[in-house]
Amino acid sequence: MSQSSQLWTNLDQIFVLLQHWVESFFPVWLQPAIGTVLGVIAIVAAFPGIFALTTVLERKGLGRMQNRLGPNRVGPLGILQPVADGIKSLTKEDIVPLTADGAVHFLAPVVLVIAVFLGFAVLPVGRNMVLANLDAGLLFFFAIGASTELSIFMAGWSSRNKYSLLGAMRAVAQMISYEVPLLLSSVVVVMITGSLSTVKIVEAQSGFTGIFPHWYVFTPWGFAGFVLFVIAALAETNRSPFDLPEGESELVAGYFTEYSGFKFALFFLGEYLAMLSIAGFAITLFLGGWGAPLSGLSILPSWAWFFAKLFCAIALFIWLRGTLPRLRQDQLMNFAWKFMLPMSLLNLLVAGAWRFFGEGWVRWGVCSAVLLLAYVLLGRVLMRHQHLGARSYRYAD
Amino acid sequence: MIFGLSIVFVLTSILTVAGALAAALLKNLVHCALSLTVTFAGLALLYLQLDAQFAGFSQILVYIGAVAILVVFAILLTRGAGVPEYRNFSSSWLAGLAIAAGVFALLAWAVIKSLPASAASSAAPQVSVQQIGLALMSNYVLPLEIVAVLLTVALIGAVIVAMPESQKSKTESAQGGGK
Amino acid sequence: MTPLAAFLIVAALVFAIGLAISLTRRNAILVLIGIELMLNAANLNLIAFWRFGPHPEALTGMMFAIFSIAVAAAEAAVGLGLVIAYHRHKKTTDLDAMTRMKG
Repeated sequence: MSQSSQLWTNLDQIFVLLQHWVESFFPVWLQPAIGTVLGVIAIVAAFPGIFALTTVLERKGLGRMQNRLGPNRVGPLGILQPVADGIKSLTKEDIVPLTADGAVHFLAPVVLVIAVFLGFAVLPVGRNMVLANLDAGLLFFFAIGASTELSIFMAGWSSRNKYSLLGAMRAVAQMISYEVPLLLSSVVVVMITGSLSTVKIVEAQSGFTGIFPHWYVFTPWGFAGFVLFVIAALAETNRSPFDLPEGESELVAGYFTEYSGFKFALFFLGEYLAMLSIAGFAITLFLGGWGAPLSGLSILPSWAWFFAKLFCAIALFIWLRGTLPRLRQDQLMNFAWKFMLPMSLLNLLVAGAWRFFGEGWVRWGVCSAVLLLAYVLLGRVLMRHQHLGARSYRYAD
Repeated sequence: MIFGLSIVFVLTSILTVAGALAAALLKNLVHCALSLTVTFAGLALLYLQLDAQFAGFSQILVYIGAVAILVVFAILLTRGAGVPEYRNFSSSWLAGLAIAAGVFALLAWAVIKSLPASAASSAAPQVSVQQIGLALMSNYVLPLEIVAVLLTVALIGAVIVAMPESQKSKTESAQGGGK
Repeated sequence: MTPLAAFLIVAALVFAIGLAISLTRRNAILVLIGIELMLNAANLNLIAFWRFGPHPEALTGMMFAIFSIAVAAAEAAVGLGLVIAYHRHKKTTDLDAMTRMKG
């Protein structure tokens, strides 16, 4: 192997080599445990760091989209704003209402943060860089994601506040409704790959035909699945345009109205980390994980590609937040049950047909045609009562 | 190792049984539901210790992610004024407790009497999700289809049972009852 | 005590507590919680016997437990729907008062 390619391989595996080097200082029986501890430290250090960067990017991005500057006082271009926010939230008084249920009120943000951090364990950040190579990794992630709904309910109920309870019930109803399309659109990937393990899913997408990668997003069912997954992911993490449960103009602050200081910061952290982990899963399932977009570029480190794609996904989420108006609760639920569920079921059928047809141009044509036809027909059927003209607003019914 | 059992098992089973006891004894209904969730989580950990990973993750997904939330929603939708107007325990609570204690005594006696004293530790079965999928599609395809029909029927049935009556049928039943 | 016996005792304990909840508490939803605990205890029994039994590669115990989880979820949905429907009529969830099915 030539010198330069050996150098690039080492750069690709640099964190793995670092882990082995630290492990070598310990006796053999302790090494697996030390390896796991190092992985956990890396996750706990890296992802909250990305969270801090995301908050700045979001505020500046939203500011620019709304024709104003974002925060620009703290540090050059406002980069150190998260540090100021952190200090503020740590030093603010922790107010708990007198009639609030003390134990549950305290445990809600803890449960959220624990559940969200657990979800990062099966995310393959780079080649050979996953904390737990579980055989049922995807099932683990969705199971842990389902547990976050309970913490939101705990927060809303324990505050003994009508706004909180209403926000919590709305949020839980929304999260449960969108869980079904989320799971169904990821089942398509499992069907084609034949495994629930995230590592195997990424490896199945690491081939190239010519210079184009075998990412699932470049297939008809993969593209539909990706769009459905992203929309469902936005709804699962209560991001705009699905952020009615925490809409500031509606419900004060929804289910975390009564939280202040560090507990509010924990909720904030939990929400953003959930967004990061589900974006990471969208990348793993559809965008090829740590694979490079063109075959010549696969010389660059795998973890660099993963984080580049993660930043693109974050930018997409911030863009959607800045441009789309908020959906009303009934519009939201209609969208989930009447549009996304039939589309994701149809996507399952299309993926089965894809496998059935075998290699060739036939399957591309048939699958794309079926999906496009279904999209157009479903849209027309659901919107048949709307009289849309030149100056009518589509959702003002 | 306590009594030849691993420390993880002892802690997990204490968590599970404590959650179940809390669900039995607490006054506040939502606290009971949340301690039920702790019991479910403890049981999922016990499944993971028994090398049944698929069952453990399904337990978390279905029970904690769906059944616990269902229970909590039902509690919220059937709240009266917030404080229950009746006592917590039924008037025949002693009989119920005696029956439960009797059942536990019987089961524990059966377990302790019938198993050999020495631990014949068998190797952990290597179950992959692919094997489960193949088994579901070959040996267990009939139960799979029946469960699919059952879930659909339960979904439709629960919606119909819990749906508010339409106004027309309400006035009809009021007229029929008044005659 | 063998590991199998320990798991079975824990399952028996959870079952007995679920039975006690179903028999002694007055709220209808708590009775359903008790039923869920009993089903879970039975699942634990199934998986423990699968793990320590003679043919774990046949997957019988785990399949049974997975189907039991699905059926229990369906039954919880229908049972809670019934409780909600009753509450809509009589405005109570007190089991000692649910003596008549009229109405």
